[in-house]
Amino acid sequence: MKLQKRRKIKSFLALSLSTAAALFGLFWLIFILYDVITHGIGALNLSLFLNDPAPPGVEGGGLRNAFVGQLLITFFATLIGVPVGVLGGTFLAEYARGTKIARLISILSDIMVSVPSIVIGTFIYAILVKPTGQFSGWAGAVALAVIIIPVVLRTTENMLSLVPWTLREAAFALGAPYYKVIMQVVYRGAATGIFTGILLSMARVAGETAPLLFTSFNNAFFSTNMNQPVASLTVTIFQYAMGPYEVWHQQAWAASFVIMLFILVITITGRLIIKWRYKK
Amino acid sequence: MKRKNPFDLSFSLLTAAASATVLLLIAGIFIILVKESSLSIEKFGIYKFITAVDWNPVKEIFGAATSIYGTFITTFIAMLIAIPTAIGIAIFVTEAAPNFLKGPIGAAIELLAAIPSIIYGMWGLFTLAPLMSRYIEPALQKTLGDVPVINVLFQGTPMGIDILTSSLILSIMIIPFTASISRDSFNLTPAVVKESAYAMGATKWEVIKNIVLPYSKLGVFGGIALSLGRALGETMAVAFVLGNKHHITASLLDPASTITVTLANEFTEADTDLYLSSLFYLALVLFVLSFVVLAAAKFFLFRAERRHSR
Repeated sequence: MKLQKRRKIKSFLALSLSTAAALFGLFWLIFILYDVITHGIGALNLSLFLNDPAPPGVEGGGLRNAFVGQLLITFFATLIGVPVGVLGGTFLAEYARGTKIARLISILSDIMVSVPSIVIGTFIYAILVKPTGQFSGWAGAVALAVIIIPVVLRTTENMLSLVPWTLREAAFALGAPYYKVIMQVVYRGAATGIFTGILLSMARVAGETAPLLFTSFNNAFFSTNMNQPVASLTVTIFQYAMGPYEVWHQQAWAASFVIMLFILVITITGRLIIKWRYKK
Repeated sequence: MKRKNPFDLSFSLLTAAASATVLLLIAGIFIILVKESSLSIEKFGIYKFITAVDWNPVKEIFGAATSIYGTFITTFIAMLIAIPTAIGIAIFVTEAAPNFLKGPIGAAIELLAAIPSIIYGMWGLFTLAPLMSRYIEPALQKTLGDVPVINVLFQGTPMGIDILTSSLILSIMIIPFTASISRDSFNLTPAVVKESAYAMGATKWEVIKNIVLPYSKLGVFGGIALSLGRALGETMAVAFVLGNKHHITASLLDPASTITVTLANEFTEADTDLYLSSLFYLALVLFVLSFVVLAAAKFFLFRAERRHSR
């Protein structure tokens, strides 16, 4: 009887500890979200989006240059990275389905997804910044594209694999060549999933800072010239938060709030779409 | 056999080329990093670079030991905190929690991975570091600072910008990776096996310990290796709160530097070829290190997958 009781107490203790672990995780999530929201909302104002940075001490400065720069870099990164990722995923799930080479590439992509992003920054610096002799928006966009490619490639592969093989056979039976089957049947069947993968990859790169430090660098002025250094929100946050001025800190909080809101909205929407579409 | 449609052939080649970019990128990163660091490799060699503690840009002497030490110690402490917590969370969301809580709590923990590292860093600098220096670190010094042997870990003035704060932030960032992979592997345990154990009169904890954990071991290892890879390469979150100081210290309350922090702070300031080359060398060390760890993670997960599909 005593042994029974001891086993029950042990079980209860272990489960309580696991509950404590979950609370520990939730505690940090709520702490960070609350902190960024309270600091961020307090520092938000219209001039943040409409004005360019003012010298410290001058009122009414904003981060228009960084917002526009971030959008530019992300836009071009998506433009470069998404087609490569989608096509690459198509190869793995269709033409090379089940082969060793497909297996190898998808394992390497998984590794690539987690390779330190700062290493990608140094790589792009070596091939795009050093030869041209200057930091540029293009270098930043390519660095982010390198991060996007494996993410989109793997989600595309997974989503295409979920399309039933019989659907393809039906199209083959009508005499359609494989490329038409892929474009008109398989892509349609997997469209929501691929789109969600693209959304999630954008959320992933929106918060990237390390690969931009040595590629697009930073620019205190408004510039849309992708051959020049381009400001980005994340690098600006790093510079402002480490800087000595209280105004800078305020703006860094506001920018963090905007980025976090963007990322959380996209991430949660993406997850909901996947849940709604694929888990019945 | 039908003649191959020319459009089909070109489309297949196009997709093949796109997927080959991944191979090219990985090979390219390795080759370019080796090429860029060749100056430093020639000068310092491999063993000497990794073990030398001098990092002196003025005298042009570069040894990576301080940065590598910083990377290892922050990662190690982060893993100490993160692994038990993450496994606890996975147990909670698969076995302990009431059904209506399982989904939402799992999703909430995964949100921790969606928060960008720059925000962790800023929050760490402005919110966590002051709390650490004012309350937590003095308390640690008071309680553990007098215990022999352990007290070397808690020497110095608690400033909040140190190894302990960085490790804590790192641990929060990597918890979701281990937690979600462990949860998925726990869920793969066949219900019949668990039910058999319950029928024998096992308690919930005994089922977890003797059935679920051994069954999902490989998946959990994979999750741990994945977070290890993440922690080694994390940059921004630690760049804010580690202080970039090149030295090897026993105290967790001292600032230090990791490979990533050194790169982030010094890369654009490198004014000589040898300096820049040594930084590329550091990046190469980090790339090889994280590649090996991540490959191990994939190996475990691959084995786990194979076991379940059989």
